[in-house]
Amino acid sequence: MELFTNQILAGIATGAIYACMALAVVMIYQAIDHLNFAQGEMAMFSTFISWQLMQWGVPYWGAFVITLVFSFVGGIAIERILFKPLAKAPVLTNVAGFIALFAIINSSAGLIWDFTIKQYPTPFGSAPFLGSQLISTHQAGMIGVTVLLLIGLYFFFQYTRIGLAMRAAASLPESARLVGINTSWMIALGWGMAAAIGSIAGMLIAPVVFLEPNMMGGVLIYGFAAAVLGGLSSPFGAVVGGFLVGIFENLAGTYIPGVGNELKLPIALALIISVLVVKPAGLFGRHIVKRV
Amino acid sequence: MSAAEEVVAEGHEAVEAVPKRAMTLGTGTSVVVLLLLLAVPLFAKNFIIFQLTQLLYLGLAVLALNILTGGSGQFSLGQSAFYAIGAYVTAVLMEQFNVNYALCLPIAGVVCFGAGFLFGQPALRLSGVYLALATFALATAMPQLLKLNFLEHWTGGVQGLVVTKPDAPFGLPMSQDMWLYYFTLVVTLAIYLFSVNLLRSRSGRAFMAIRDNEIAASAMGVNVALYKTLAFGVSAGITGVAGGLSAIAVQFVAPDSFTITLAIQLFLGMVVGGVGWLPGSIVGAAFIIFVPNLAEGISKGLSGAVFGVLLFLVIYLVPHGARQVAIIGQQLAGKLRKN
Repeated sequence: MELFTNQILAGIATGAIYACMALAVVMIYQAIDHLNFAQGEMAMFSTFISWQLMQWGVPYWGAFVITLVFSFVGGIAIERILFKPLAKAPVLTNVAGFIALFAIINSSAGLIWDFTIKQYPTPFGSAPFLGSQLISTHQAGMIGVTVLLLIGLYFFFQYTRIGLAMRAAASLPESARLVGINTSWMIALGWGMAAAIGSIAGMLIAPVVFLEPNMMGGVLIYGFAAAVLGGLSSPFGAVVGGFLVGIFENLAGTYIPGVGNELKLPIALALIISVLVVKPAGLFGRHIVKRV
Repeated sequence: MSAAEEVVAEGHEAVEAVPKRAMTLGTGTSVVVLLLLLAVPLFAKNFIIFQLTQLLYLGLAVLALNILTGGSGQFSLGQSAFYAIGAYVTAVLMEQFNVNYALCLPIAGVVCFGAGFLFGQPALRLSGVYLALATFALATAMPQLLKLNFLEHWTGGVQGLVVTKPDAPFGLPMSQDMWLYYFTLVVTLAIYLFSVNLLRSRSGRAFMAIRDNEIAASAMGVNVALYKTLAFGVSAGITGVAGGLSAIAVQFVAPDSFTITLAIQLFLGMVVGGVGWLPGSIVGAAFIIFVPNLAEGISKGLSGAVFGVLLFLVIYLVPHGARQVAIIGQQLAGKLRKN
């Protein structure tokens, strides 16, 4: 039993990473209605920027804020320059564009900062949290930040004019335009916010997985899975999904014999798919009604 | 969630509707392309012939995805898994059971058809992003499954299997590479003709009806579940044959050659070639074989970035892929004829 509770705790700790990333995924899905495959690479690039700033002597929180602003502006710029011209192109062409963006960012980061693994500092320290060997203060801090982000997003979408406008633009673009919402800029804003949330995720994850250009590959897959499991339309679902995926993965690794590190991912994905087969819109997602 | 929060999606289709006549080439163009494909190896070096063989079997794999996505409107990131099954079935039959290579391919096709058809069953409940995630899971699981211990006796585990290249039969004066090229060409042509006819048939029309509007299709009496799984099966079967051909041509199979990267490449090939335009598959295959090499040639350190930029250029200029080029060409030809 103790092993079981310990594994769940460890699962929640890794789940916090996925929850962070899943929030960014949901953010962009709300704005543009599909998944951005380059999301993880954008987050990785932001994290490198903050690392570089710290190398130049900027204190942690200063670098944190500058990176946040940089990512927000960068996300908007990517949308305006690269994806606005593709707004009328087929969806699959847009997906190809995400893959191209992925290749560009990954390869440029590799050239600028090379592929060696770098240490990344944490503002929370890495002592055991409340005497538990499984959760460090950093991981507890990460869970805290994720929950704060979620609350912030909830208030933003429910109680601000611009949050309302973004929701309107995402769910019924034509009607939103008729009441005077600039839907095109709402999409850009969505990109900016997703990039900023992604950069927070990146800066929180980097102390755990270490900083290198490929650090986000695995994390993004789990983030997608978490977002899909929770229901792509719900930030709350994304966070719950993130924790569930973390717990799934840990329990599968511990209790199913013959599952090494490599089979953990397929098993976690298989579990998620079985959930989806029963609940196709995810655990907390809205059911979409189709009209002929 | 309350009913008031339900969202209504109107006519928002992920895959655009391509009419079936627009899916193929005219007779004249077909003959020219065929003559080129027949003649080029006679004047090329062995390495180039090998690359052309590669072009054909990857084109076949892209074509398979095109039938699934462009034809029936289902998206898949799991094609690399069926490709791997096809390659392994061929390699294991050839090396462990001494089956003739020409016989291995249909067996690989049938096995993959079965696998695809079965996988299509749970996938019926999923669409769009959810289907993408499910197929993605299949693609990430496949290399790990091939490494499993109890299969190692046949699959050779992580090391993989070496496959012997067949000689030209009947004492034909041809190099192994050239024989394999013509063999692949014949298989590819046969499958291309089969696919064109399939899409023109009753089943093909059912696929397209499902792609354009699932509800309307089922109202007209199309058995949606059957045709969706059938599309998965056919696509997987063709991918399996392509995988088998690749095993023979590369002379080697190993779990790590069939990762998710391969599935992404096939997807890019489909987009570049034009979703729903079957002849575009070969153009798409050319893109995924040659453009990474080209990018490497332009800049070694930044090859990924150069590849990304080139891909962006292509989708900016022709968002509908090679199909768009073909349509523009046709219009130009039409104008010239009038003058």
